[in-house]
Amino acid sequence: MAMQQNGRKDGNTHTLSVTVANKPGVLARIAHVFARRGFNIDSLVVSTSVEGNFSRMTITATGDPAGLGQIIQQVNKLVDVIHCTDHTGEDIVLKELALIKVHVGAEARNEVLQIADHFGAESVDLTETSMMLMATGDSEKVDAMLALLKKFKIIELVRTGKVLMARGELPT
Amino acid sequence: MAINKLDGAQALIKCLENEGVEYIFGIPGGVTIPIFDAFVTTGTKIKFILCRHEQAATHMADGYARATGRPAVVLVTSGPGATNTLTGIMTAHMDSVPMIVVSGQVLATMLGKDAFQEADIYGITMPVVKHSYLVHAPNDIPRVVREAFHIATTGRPGPVLIDLPKNVSVGPFTTDLRAEMDLPGYQPRPEAVDKDAVQAIAEALSRATRPVILVGRGAIIADACAAVKALAEKLNAPVVTTLLGKGAFPETHPLSLGMLGMHGTAYANKAVTECDLLLNIGSRFDDRILGIPGQFCRNAVKIHIDIDPSEIGKMIVPDLHCVGDARLVTELLLKQASRLDTADWLKRLNGFKRDFPLQYRRTDGLKVQHVIEEVYALTGGRAVAVTDVGQHQMWSAQFWKVDQRHNWLSSGGAGTMGYGFPAALGAQFGRPKDLVVAFVGDGGFQMTLCELATACVHKLPVKVFIMNNRYLGMVRQWQEMFYDDRRSGVDLEGNPDFAKLAEAYGARGLRLKRAADVRKIITRALAYNDGPCVVDCHVVKEENVFPMVPAGKMLEEMIVTSPGKSREKKQPAAR
Repeated sequence: MAMQQNGRKDGNTHTLSVTVANKPGVLARIAHVFARRGFNIDSLVVSTSVEGNFSRMTITATGDPAGLGQIIQQVNKLVDVIHCTDHTGEDIVLKELALIKVHVGAEARNEVLQIADHFGAESVDLTETSMMLMATGDSEKVDAMLALLKKFKIIELVRTGKVLMARGELPT
Repeated sequence: MAINKLDGAQALIKCLENEGVEYIFGIPGGVTIPIFDAFVTTGTKIKFILCRHEQAATHMADGYARATGRPAVVLVTSGPGATNTLTGIMTAHMDSVPMIVVSGQVLATMLGKDAFQEADIYGITMPVVKHSYLVHAPNDIPRVVREAFHIATTGRPGPVLIDLPKNVSVGPFTTDLRAEMDLPGYQPRPEAVDKDAVQAIAEALSRATRPVILVGRGAIIADACAAVKALAEKLNAPVVTTLLGKGAFPETHPLSLGMLGMHGTAYANKAVTECDLLLNIGSRFDDRILGIPGQFCRNAVKIHIDIDPSEIGKMIVPDLHCVGDARLVTELLLKQASRLDTADWLKRLNGFKRDFPLQYRRTDGLKVQHVIEEVYALTGGRAVAVTDVGQHQMWSAQFWKVDQRHNWLSSGGAGTMGYGFPAALGAQFGRPKDLVVAFVGDGGFQMTLCELATACVHKLPVKVFIMNNRYLGMVRQWQEMFYDDRRSGVDLEGNPDFAKLAEAYGARGLRLKRAADVRKIITRALAYNDGPCVVDCHVVKEENVFPMVPAGKMLEEMIVTSPGKSREKKQPAAR
């Protein structure tokens, strides 16, 4: 599942930033390009950019680099795509957010909170039998926290997928 | 008519007029009635050509576009009318043909509710269009039409779909017919050529001793033909063309080696195999010319000039490349190039031309090649030649020499059977003064022959030569050569009498059965100009196309001539 796909530095995982004109169908067109070449999209985040007419997508995908180079070219070719850039290995900030619902009663609450505290996660919901944690940051950090929480029953897990931004003056 | 009195459909017609549209090919239906009404109420000069099938309408538009270089327009209704255009759109997309397909759509409020004749044509066509629109409001029509024509005709051309819900075509139009485009993601700059790349290519050229220039359809679209000819002559370099590049360089020129690839000439393939530099101008290195991609031209410096950046490195990773308009890049190269000493190389290639010519025997029955050569001779090679897909297409490519761009129309990338006849009609609409001949197979012709009606209505003097071997010949050839002659699904028993069929439509129908009558019958066909003329040519059943590079083999492994006659011996028993 997503835990294993995200953030692995195997050279075949690429993080792309795509700026698109905010028009209907543009997501479907981009998804078509990936699907046709047999690439799996591991995570995908879409949101409007500062300029209201445009949207920003962050796509994490796995596959051989040559094939991915072709995909980037073909995505760039789409009429509604402003630009598509591979930021893998560049000086970027790359973060994600995860919500984790853990099955935990009163007796183990402290241990879960300790783990959360260590990773800078917060408790955002609490019931007699469960606790929801919100973790943000590098995917590796989220993975490590999830590994420690495995001894408790994880009821539900939602990750946003990665978002990225280039550092300093560099444009994303 | 005051602008504020227009409805969406009338605005559409006005916008198409503004784009200089001369013909619209298509078929009406429920949701497009308002648009057909607008043909009448606007009093437009645009001529609507009523076809008999939407697929044929798209091929007709395709033929018009390829023969004139101008974009062509198709108008169909929603649902099946729209889905019938899919093959034609995909054919145009594969071969970079500028086409605008306007499809009617059900009311926007009914979208997604399985309304009568609703099809998500916007979604269905997504992988085979250059771009597409689902129009939301009548006032968007001017911008959408302008953008559609701009996108279809610039950069690497292609088909654009405009899906127009009925509420948009009947809704009030309340704005200006002129609109600004809004295409922040589409800014083709073919003139922005990388001068350093051109310099590097020119230097590589200067070091070549066995150069070959490969030209594709990109050179035709960009009108690079004069520049390519000048460059070839300046370098003294031989030229090979792709199936779609025929006409980009005169094939009657001494430096021409004809078509390369799976059924290319032996000398073109040998040239490509032995060259030390390959300069590709506007071809996308289609798999049908490569043999085994990794082995293609492996000892040569490979140079790729293409307007589409995504073609660079797609099939072949070039040593040097330049993204840009084929004409502009070639003209820049021309300035920097100097004559090469290719005397030995040309001598060797001329030896191949002499030793491995295209050949066939005229003695044992009526041959497709014979018909093609005779039509070529009797028309002085000046006709627009249109082909369908299959064996006759490859023989046409081999024996019909094309000297001018826009005079050769063939479905290359898609290999669409049924393309040839309607495309020839479209070419004749676009070039009413020119002679148009179509070579089709008996299989492909039957896929779109309903357009005989359209041809007769408009008295189009197209000459259609049906190469009737009562087989799906190319598949039969593969079965014979690679499947131990196990024939399966290729016998076209039940063919009609094509000459009688043509006469039933009101066309002229002729029969050609004997090699001895070739000249007589073709002369008769060429003399008939009151409408279409169909010549049913009863060619030998089992001729194979050679040379042939078998699928999955290198160009070096080409079979130049028929391997033997053993098959023909066992034939009487089999038949």
